[in-house]
Amino acid sequence: MTESRAGDGEQFRTLAREQLPRLYSVARRLVGGEAEDAVQDCLLKAFLRFGQLHRPAAGPAWLMSILVNCCRDRCRANARRPDEVDFDEVEQFSLYRKIAYEDPFPYSDSLHLDFLAEFGPEDVRAVLLRLPPRYRIPLVLVYMDGYLAREVAGMLDVPLGTVLAQLHRGRKLFEKHLWDYATCGGLLREATR
Amino acid sequence: MISCAEATRQLWEYLDGMVDAAARDAIDEHLAQCRRCCGELEFAHELRSFLARSVGDGIPDAVLRRLNHTLEELSLWAAT
Repeated sequence: MTESRAGDGEQFRTLAREQLPRLYSVARRLVGGEAEDAVQDCLLKAFLRFGQLHRPAAGPAWLMSILVNCCRDRCRANARRPDEVDFDEVEQFSLYRKIAYEDPFPYSDSLHLDFLAEFGPEDVRAVLLRLPPRYRIPLVLVYMDGYLAREVAGMLDVPLGTVLAQLHRGRKLFEKHLWDYATCGGLLREATR
Repeated sequence: MISCAEATRQLWEYLDGMVDAAARDAIDEHLAQCRRCCGELEFAHELRSFLARSVGDGIPDAVLRRLNHTLEELSLWAAT
């Protein structure tokens, strides 16, 4: 054991136990089926560094920061090739206009809301996992878990401008993948049957 | 007045309060006269709510047991 003291063991366990559901939930959306392993990585790293945590109130955010980096390391280890995305095409894409134009629910008075209602949490997770990690991670943390963009920049140790650019592209990609998932995965066929 | 493409490109940043005053005024001016972009704005707002409520289920019992077991082992290690 490097920086933890024996007396810290119980404090660490109390902090980590409280945060386990949240850590696992975020990891599921960042690394899918490797979530449990990512949380295990996080617990070990956090335990070894627990002596660096000086303010107990910062514990939950500190743990989350370690988890996010463990997830990022796993994404990097699994990456086979650089992500290839045609952003000229994605930038032009509007899910709002696509739904209006394709009109998947011809008798609906609330077409766009009906489209979103087709997606359960499992579907959303599947769509998120199709995004390259550099866009997925900020999107999940900011729009699903309520972190500020500058907090995410701190966690990932990148400039705020980088996170804002990743959020912009991540949102556009997410919209495009929602549509592709719904049309190719059969959600719309089932809905209009 | 800015174009629809310029307005819609910044709608999420507009909702997040991440645009400067000049850009905000330009988008407000555009929205006041463009019904389609108001629809885009409303949908962007819905999409944000959709993401926030799509967090998903809690932690399965078996996973929770295994992670708690790891914490027990780390505590024992700290105590030795």
